Amino acid sequence: MNPQEVAGWVADAAKAFADSLDLESLKTARLAHVGDKAPISLASRALGSLSPEDKATAGKIIGEAKAEIGRLLAEATARLEAERDARVLIEEVVDITLPVQRSHRGGLHPITIIKNEVSDFFIEQGFSVEEGPELESGWLNFDALNIPADHPARTMQDTFYIEPVDSGMVLRTQTSPVQIRTMLSQQPPIYVISPGRTFRADELDATHSPVFHQVEGLVIDKGITMAHLKGTLDNFARHMFGDEVSTRLRPSFFPFTEPSAEIDIFFNGRWIEWGGCGMVNPKVLATCGIDTDIYTGFAFGMGLERTLMVRHGITDMHDIVEGDLRFTRQFGVGL
Amino acid sequence: MRAPLSWIKEFVEIPSNITPEQISDALIRVGFEVEEIIVQGADLKGPLKFGKVLSIDEITEFKKPIRYVGLDCGEGEVRYVICGATNFVLGDIVSVAIPGAVLPGEFAIAARETYGKTSNGMICSGRELGISEDHSGIMTFAEGSVEIGSDAIEFLHINDVIFDVAVNPDRGYALSIRGIAREVAAALNLTFTDPVEALRGLNFEESGKGVPAKIVDQDAASVFYLRTLSNFDQSAHTPIWMRRRIEKMGMRSISLVVDITNYVMLELGQPLHAFDADKITGGLSIKRAGTVQKFVTLDGQERTLDSDDLMVWDDLKPLALAGTMGGLESEITVSTSRIAVEAVRFNPTAIAKNSRRHKLSSEASRRLERSVDPSLAEFASARFVQLLTQLSTAKHVATVIDGEPRYAPIVKVDPAYISRILGIDLTPAEIASYLRLVGCDVNESNFEVDPPAWRSDLLQPADFAEEVARMVGYDKIPSILPPRPHHASLTSTQKRRRAIATMLASRGFAEVQTFPFTNQSTIDSMGFVGERAATYKIANPMSEEFPLMRVHLVPGLIEVAQRNISRGAKDFAIFEMGSIFRSPQKLIPAISPELGARPAQSVIDEILGSVPPQAFHVAGLLVGKNEASNWQGSARAYSWEDAIAYAQDILQLCNLKWTIKRSDFAPWHPGRCAELIVDGKAVAHAGELHPRIVAQYGLPERSVAFAVGLSVLPETELVRPTTVGTMPAALQDVALIVDASVAAGDVEQALRGGGGDLLESITLFDRYDKLGDGKISLAFALTFRAPDRTLTGAEVSAARESAVAAAAKATGAILRAN
Repeated sequence: MNPQEVAGWVADAAKAFADSLDLESLKTARLAHVGDKAPISLASRALGSLSPEDKATAGKIIGEAKAEIGRLLAEATARLEAERDARVLIEEVVDITLPVQRSHRGGLHPITIIKNEVSDFFIEQGFSVEEGPELESGWLNFDALNIPADHPARTMQDTFYIEPVDSGMVLRTQTSPVQIRTMLSQQPPIYVISPGRTFRADELDATHSPVFHQVEGLVIDKGITMAHLKGTLDNFARHMFGDEVSTRLRPSFFPFTEPSAEIDIFFNGRWIEWGGCGMVNPKVLATCGIDTDIYTGFAFGMGLERTLMVRHGITDMHDIVEGDLRFTRQFGVGL
Repeated sequence: MRAPLSWIKEFVEIPSNITPEQISDALIRVGFEVEEIIVQGADLKGPLKFGKVLSIDEITEFKKPIRYVGLDCGEGEVRYVICGATNFVLGDIVSVAIPGAVLPGEFAIAARETYGKTSNGMICSGRELGISEDHSGIMTFAEGSVEIGSDAIEFLHINDVIFDVAVNPDRGYALSIRGIAREVAAALNLTFTDPVEALRGLNFEESGKGVPAKIVDQDAASVFYLRTLSNFDQSAHTPIWMRRRIEKMGMRSISLVVDITNYVMLELGQPLHAFDADKITGGLSIKRAGTVQKFVTLDGQERTLDSDDLMVWDDLKPLALAGTMGGLESEITVSTSRIAVEAVRFNPTAIAKNSRRHKLSSEASRRLERSVDPSLAEFASARFVQLLTQLSTAKHVATVIDGEPRYAPIVKVDPAYISRILGIDLTPAEIASYLRLVGCDVNESNFEVDPPAWRSDLLQPADFAEEVARMVGYDKIPSILPPRPHHASLTSTQKRRRAIATMLASRGFAEVQTFPFTNQSTIDSMGFVGERAATYKIANPMSEEFPLMRVHLVPGLIEVAQRNISRGAKDFAIFEMGSIFRSPQKLIPAISPELGARPAQSVIDEILGSVPPQAFHVAGLLVGKNEASNWQGSARAYSWEDAIAYAQDILQLCNLKWTIKRSDFAPWHPGRCAELIVDGKAVAHAGELHPRIVAQYGLPERSVAFAVGLSVLPETELVRPTTVGTMPAALQDVALIVDASVAAGDVEQALRGGGGDLLESITLFDRYDKLGDGKISLAFALTFRAPDRTLTGAEVSAARESAVAAAAKATGAILRAN
């Protein structure tokens, strides 16, 4: 056996492995070049009949050749296996554009979203969120807020009364009774907001609803001035409408504040009335047992529907109150 | 309140470089919202001339009456025009747009052929000239009141700017040109001439005995001026300048006497009422209606009086609904020659009640209920006499006065307090000068401030602080965040509500908010009875259809579901969170302690206790399929178990432990309703809605719902977790045969009890109901684990057997042979 012949077997095997296009043809090539009948196998078996010197020499040559063929085979196998795997993955392709969303799409009501947003903003400022009943005592909803018995807001054209009428129970017309409840039960410093549902005897139309929501704020502390009211509202307006918004306070009248103001925002190119505010009337503070020589305070209130409509460009109140899924779902969970 | 610039200028020196927009901005700055700036005459181009009607040729062959009118427009020859209006007669003077004129709306006037004639111009209505809304006909003028052929644009003062100003209820004084002009002057730092100054000390000669005047009800009025005039000749007409001012204010010219009362009211703010003095028996007095029941106001309406109505009486009967509207019987007519003009400073509340009881808001009542300057009874009535005697033959007879003006008291104001409230450093001198600007007298040595007569609202230092702020300008107040040494967070209740809403929304529910109103038939059809059906009735509901407060959230959800279904939705889940109003508590009469000092704690407690508790719930309604049917296949319908699962998920979210049992509870299917119990209290119900309700409201069959009483849930305790075991678990399955009537929950509970501490979890993985003989098979997978060791086979077997034995004992379960 000469070394050239052995080298030829290696070369033949290398070519056959390289020519194999898949694992099946590689198997045939493997049988031909490393199987029992392969020349190298036959030569290996024939080594026994050689003299010890020849055996050593030939054994080394054949051993090296077998190792080389084995290496070539492993290489070819790895190559073809990788090719096969890649082909399978390609064959397993699916249409990932098929519609796969089967579960219903939910959403929070936009008023809930804006209420949460307002609450989070004020909590960060150190305000607590206070709540109170919707069916409320007339004294808390009106009298204690310095709205006298003959005030037009207290007529049945404006306020829903509960029978018997002499109970004075009303569906609260504002969340201000929550302010009174807070001042009657807590000592200053008081930093609270009261978001919630309110009622007024207005017909439902594009901009009014008999059932709507307000958020009010109340701060009672030493040294509170109208400048603090303005600072708080400026900050609040920027949070709700963006940094470009500007605000102005306009003198106004509310029985429970003195001085009183309306807050307007300049948004989308025009001035829009946003809410009412002012320094808490000393008469209201005194009624709640707060020492007006020590403490001053401010209060403000605005409609959540109005805030929502202005900010999102909603033109019809019906969309907010009707509960049409197509409307609510657009808001998601308010992120 | 309207305010023409031309009239304001009578009392304020306004430099010509100040624009109407600047005046409007100034008014807004001091608290008077300008709702509209009405520019009159800008889009009107002459020639517009006065013409006298010389001939009227009625043309009748057309559908509507048409007149061919000959006019003397001072042109030397007759001008003929076609006119569709008929409210004028021969000899009337009208305004005529001559060809070449352009009327508002770019309406160019030209000579034209129409109705078979040549029309050489147009006779104009106030509306066509853009100076009134009056559509009833063309404007006519009395002979002698205008000059024929003269320029009507100039003579009618058409070119003007009118501010439409919103006046807050505490500023009644600004319902007058005097008041608005004062604010304009103060806001722009201009010189103001108070028209009242010219009336001060005005005296009229007495020439006889006047009609007596008396305030009988002392609470109802403080001062009563009654001035009697005679020799009035009705041929006197309202001068054009007065008529035009009245029209610019949005009112109509009626007759000279009535026009003067209105003019003076508009100018000064004090309503006046003129009576035909010959129709007064005896004198006038101010007192309540008492037993008189009927009264006809001058609008011809017969009104039923309340005994508390405030009236102006003569010796026999009421003649006017005080401060609100005069009576028909004593009104000024064409035959009136003696006039008694009344000016009273009424109690605002009395007038407000008059007006409200009769749903009659007049120009007079609007002013009087907002409080009128008490000094004006004298000056306004004097102004009336001044004008009427100038403009007619009338003579002053006598003035009778009862009572005297009562003014707001002097208030001691601490200037430091004002700076402290406003957050601006102001010197006492600055504060004094601002207060003077609004009409206060200020004694700077002790800061005793005497508010002006027209400001009955300035009663406490805070009221003066607002005046100073207005004059400084709210825009000068700095913007500063308050100190915030406080930490705040949502309460656990608030956090819980948010978590629940967010969970439901992210699991496919759309949140809705419905009006909390209902009616008896809804309550009945839901099957609510007893305490669950009792609620509060609204005395004045939006609609008689929904006069009650809701007792449950599900009916509102059903209504929203119906609406969505009618708009094409089929498969969806919705939820609502809100208060419900069941009424186990009887309402007590209102408790109304006085203001100004904190009521006794017992009174406060009583008020707080008088408000009934209002439970807060969350409820969900699931209709149709649980997801979309698509190429992957058809979705399954929502079923009772979905509703129960969501109710349990809510309790789980709150980290509560509950037990569950079947319940016959409206509005659910009596066999398919779960009641969830926490701490022995039923807190939630869930399952399939009662088939009767589903059918009645047209919901998809087997719609399901849940409701959880959030306000009755106990507080979640702080989580104290056990260490998570890392030892291997042993899994064991058991199949148990029980009677079909046995609740799986009871079997599971028994297994749990018997399995002991080693039983980590339990899952029902199969339920087989085809065994026959009224038996079913329940197969559970039990997971056993010890925290500290690997369990031996013997331990696991013992625990399993113990669990099965407990189930056998509690429910008669038999281990199913494999």
